[in-house]
Amino acid sequence: MAERRLAQRQGELIDRSQEVTFQWEGRPVTGYAGDTIASALFAAGTRVFSRSFKYHRPRGLMCCSGQCPNCLVEVDGQPTVRACMTPVEQGMDVKHLNAWPSLRRDFLHLVGRLTPSFGMQVGFYYKTFIHPRRAWPLYEKILRNAAGLGKLDPDHRRTERFDKVHRHVDVLVIGGGEAGLEAAAEAAEQGKHVALVEEGLALGGQLAWGGPRSNGRLTALVDRVNAAGVEILQPAYAGGVYEGLLVPVYQGRTMHRFRPAELVIATGSIEQPLVFGNNDLPGVMLASGARRLVNQFRLMPWEQAVVLTSSDEGLAAALDLADGGVNVLAVADSRRDADGSTIEDAGIEYLAGFQPWQARGSTAVTGVVVKRDGEHRTLACDLLVMSGGSVGQTALVSQGGGGIRYDRDQRRYVPDSLPEGMRVVGAAAGSAAAAGAVPAQAPKTGCKQIVCFCEDVTTKDIALSLDEGFSSLELSKRYTTVTMGPCQGRMCHRNSGLVIADQLGLDPDSQRVGVTTSRPPHNPTSFSLLAARGYEPVKRTSTHHWHAEHGGKMLWAGDWKRPYDYGDGDGEVDAVHESLGLIDVSTLGKLIVRGPEAAAFLERLYPNRFGDMKLARVRYGIVCGDDGSIIDDGTVARLSEQEYYVTTTSSGAGGMEQWFTWWNAVWKMDCEIVNVTSTIAAFNLAGPNARTALSTLTDFDLSNEAFPYLGAGHAQIAGVPCLVLRIGFVGELGYELHLPAAAGEHLWEKLMEAGEPYAVKPFGLEPQRVLRLEKMHIIVGQDTNAESNPLEAGMPWIVKLDKESDWIGRYAIEWYKRRGNRLTLVGWEAQNGGVPIEGTQVVGADGQPAGRITSSRFSRRLGKAIGIAWLPVEQSEEGTAINISDPKGSTIPATVTHKAFYDPDGERLRS
Amino acid sequence: MSFILSCPNCGPRAVDEYAYGGEVTERATTSEDERALFHYLYFRTNTGGDQREWWFHSSGCREWFQAERNTTRNEVLQVARPGELTPSRGPAGG
Repeated sequence: MAERRLAQRQGELIDRSQEVTFQWEGRPVTGYAGDTIASALFAAGTRVFSRSFKYHRPRGLMCCSGQCPNCLVEVDGQPTVRACMTPVEQGMDVKHLNAWPSLRRDFLHLVGRLTPSFGMQVGFYYKTFIHPRRAWPLYEKILRNAAGLGKLDPDHRRTERFDKVHRHVDVLVIGGGEAGLEAAAEAAEQGKHVALVEEGLALGGQLAWGGPRSNGRLTALVDRVNAAGVEILQPAYAGGVYEGLLVPVYQGRTMHRFRPAELVIATGSIEQPLVFGNNDLPGVMLASGARRLVNQFRLMPWEQAVVLTSSDEGLAAALDLADGGVNVLAVADSRRDADGSTIEDAGIEYLAGFQPWQARGSTAVTGVVVKRDGEHRTLACDLLVMSGGSVGQTALVSQGGGGIRYDRDQRRYVPDSLPEGMRVVGAAAGSAAAAGAVPAQAPKTGCKQIVCFCEDVTTKDIALSLDEGFSSLELSKRYTTVTMGPCQGRMCHRNSGLVIADQLGLDPDSQRVGVTTSRPPHNPTSFSLLAARGYEPVKRTSTHHWHAEHGGKMLWAGDWKRPYDYGDGDGEVDAVHESLGLIDVSTLGKLIVRGPEAAAFLERLYPNRFGDMKLARVRYGIVCGDDGSIIDDGTVARLSEQEYYVTTTSSGAGGMEQWFTWWNAVWKMDCEIVNVTSTIAAFNLAGPNARTALSTLTDFDLSNEAFPYLGAGHAQIAGVPCLVLRIGFVGELGYELHLPAAAGEHLWEKLMEAGEPYAVKPFGLEPQRVLRLEKMHIIVGQDTNAESNPLEAGMPWIVKLDKESDWIGRYAIEWYKRRGNRLTLVGWEAQNGGVPIEGTQVVGADGQPAGRITSSRFSRRLGKAIGIAWLPVEQSEEGTAINISDPKGSTIPATVTHKAFYDPDGERLRS
Repeated sequence: MSFILSCPNCGPRAVDEYAYGGEVTERATTSEDERALFHYLYFRTNTGGDQREWWFHSSGCREWFQAERNTTRNEVLQVARPGELTPSRGPAGG
C-alpha cells in the first residue's frame, strides 16, 4: 500500500499516520484516513470495480468524482454506493454489485461476447423474449438475475433513524468550488445567513484537485469563508430544485428542506468522455479523474500514459499529470489547428488532428489506435486519458425553472433565463474556457463504443433507434434509456446529442438536437431519506400505559394507539353483558359549539333537529355531505341554551373540525367551534352493574328517574369534574364520562376499584365491535361508504325534510327521496355455523352479486353469526333468505332481519 | 407543489402547512333543478389559470380562508378571510 503512493505533497487528502482497514469481497484492505473506498482499493491494486449493467463489461475508475456509474458498490448491505465519494471507515464491508461468480470472472460477460453481430441491441428484449409467450416467466427470472444494480434484502430492518429538517436561510450555495466559495464568502460578509453544500470530500473543486499550484489560493478562500461564518454542509448534495426554490439537501441521515431567499447554483462543469472503440476499458480515465488520483490521493501506478483530447483542458491535464510524475508518451488532439507548443516544450509528442479510434486490451488498456485521415498510429499505454471538454452542470438550473440555450461560441449549453431568486456562477454559468472542438463523429470501429456507461447504450443502439423511427433525442432516450441511468446524463447527455446530430446529418452546433428534460432526483437517493419521519406523532390516550401494563394488545387506530383487547375478547363481551366493563373511548372526536347561534348552526349542519333539544339531554346525529352521503356520526349534548357538546367518530375528529369550521366560514354565524379532542378523556362504564358501581364514587343522582337514558349532566366523580352522558353504543346500561385528560389515569383506576366487587373487566376495540353489532349499530366508513345516504341506510327517521331551515345535504336527499331507495342496509343472521368474511358478496338467485356484507362476527351469546349488509330493496324484506359468498367456494345461507339482534326494544339500555 | 401561501392570520408559510379545500363554488339551494344540483355537487372547472379556492391552515391557526391563485404558475394573487376577496386582482399576500 505505502509503496504505491507518491511522496507526500501539499493538497493531498490522506493522513498517512492513520491506517484504516475494511473488507473488500471478504478480504481485508488497508488504506489511509482520508481515502475514499475507491482510492484505497486502487492503491491496493484493484482495477475492476464493477461490471456494466447489460453486457457485464469490466469497469474501472473513470471520473473519481461521483459522476459516472463505474464504481458503484455495496457497503454494509446498502447497494449502489459511490465508492469514489465515500470515505473509508474501519471495518466497513464492501462488495461488488452485479457479477457472477466474481468481478474478475463474470460469466454473464459472455452475453455480450457470444452474439457480437446482433448483440443485445436496443429493443432486443422486447423483440426476442416475446416468443413463445408462455415462456416469459422463465425469461423474466433469468433476465432479472442478469440485469440491474445490486440486490435489496427484503428482510432488512431499518435500524437507523432518518430525519427531515426545515431550513430557512438568506442564501443557499450549491457547490463548493472556487465560484461557490467566493459567492458564499461575499454574501456572508454582507451579514447574510449563508449555507453552502459540497458533495465531495474536499472544498475547492478544481483548485483542490488541479495540482499544487492552486493550493495557496484555495487555503486563502477557505479561510475567508470560515471567517465570514458560512455554514458548510459536507459531504451533502442537493437532490433537486423544486417549485418555489425548494431544495432538498441530503446529508447523512438527514434531509434538509432548504427554502432560501436566494439560491446560488455553483455546480461547475463535468468533463466529458470521448466516444471511440472500447472506451470503457479499465484504464481509460477522464483527465480530471486521473488528476484526482495523482494530486489528492498520490497514486501513480501507471507505466505509460496517452492523452486523447479535443480541447485545451486536455492539454492542461497532460502537463499536470506529467508534473505529478506520470510518464505521458503522447497527446493526440483531434483539432488540427490548436497550439500544442506547451506539450512539445514539455518533451511530450503532440499529434495534431488525430482522432481516437479504438482502445486495445481485454480487461485492461494496453494501448490505443489513433487515426488522422488514412494514417494510423498505435501507441502502447496502461493509462488512457480522455478529455472531451466539459459541459456546464445546468441540471439544477432547469429543474428550478431556468431556461438554457446553446452557446455557439462556447460550444455548450448555458443558462439563459433564470427564475426570481436564482443566480448561477462559475463554470455552470458558462464563464470558464470554451469547450473547444467536438469530435465530428463516432468512428465505425466494429467494437463497442459506449455512449451511456450506466445502461450500456452504444453508438449502434442510438443509430438503430433512429432507424426504427425514434427520430429525436427525447424519443431515442425513451427507447434506448440513454441519459436515464444513475448518472442522469452527466456522462452521456452531450455525446448522445452529438451521435444523433451525426446520424441525422444535423449541424452539431445547431439547437435542433436539443436537450433532454432534467428531473429530480439529481443523485442516487436512499428511500430511507425520502421516507424520513414526518411530524405526525403517535397519539396516546391518558391511560395508554395502564392498558399496555394490563395486557392490552395495542394497535393503530388512525393516529391513535388503542387496545384491540386484553387477551380475553369473549370474556370481555360477557363481562359487559353480565356485570360490568370499562372501555377507554378518549379517541372520540370532541367539539364544543358555543354562542347565541349555536343551535341554529347545528340545525343547518345536521339532517336532524337540535334546536328543540331540552337542556341536559343527548341525541344521536349523523352528519351528511351536501351530496346526501353519511360522512360521520356521533352524539350531541345540550349543556346550556348556547352550548352544545358534540362527539364525532375517532377517525373523523380532524375532518369534522374542518367541516364545522368551514361551514361557519361560509355562514359566519355567531358561534365558535373548539376542538377539545386531545384535552378531554372519555371512558364508557357499561353493564347491568354500572349504576351501582358508579354510585360509590359520586353524590350525583344516577337513578333512572333522575337521570334516564339519553340524559346528560355534570357530576363530580372521585373528585373529578365529569360530563356524564347516558348512552349505549354497546347495548347495556352505560355511562360515558368525559373529563380533563390530566385526571384520566386517576379516574380510570378509581373506576376499576369501584368495579372490583362486580368483577369489572376492561374491554378493547374488538369486544366493543361485537357488542355494537349485536345492537346493529353502524360504524360510519365500515357499514357506509361515499354513496350511502341516510334513507337507504335505514335511518329515514333522522332526516327532517320538514325543517324550516336549510341544511347540508337537504337537496340531494330530497332528490334521493323522489327517486326512491334502490339499496337498503339490513341485518342478517346465519345459523349453520359459517361466519362470512367482511366485504364478501351476497349471491342472488341468478348467481350474480346482489349485495355486500359490511360487518360480520360470531356472537357467542346469540350462538350464531350476525352482521350487516347492503341489499337491493326487493330482497331486503324481513325474513328473506339470502346466500352469502364464501371464499372457500360454497355459500353461507342467512336470513334478513331488521331488528337489533340483542335487546331489540332497548329495555336493558333504559333500565 | 411547494409554493409559499400567506395565511391572513399567520403570514407567509410553506404550502405543506395547509389543507386544500377546493374551488370556491356557488351552492345549489333547490333539488328541483337537477342539472344545477348535480353540477354543484359533482363538477369542478379544473381551471388552468386564475382560480378562487378554499384553504385551511391546518398546521397553524386552523382557520379557513380564501385565495386567488394562478394554477399553472402557482402564483398567489390575493388571500383574504372568507368572502372578502376583492373582485379584481389585488397584490399577493394582501
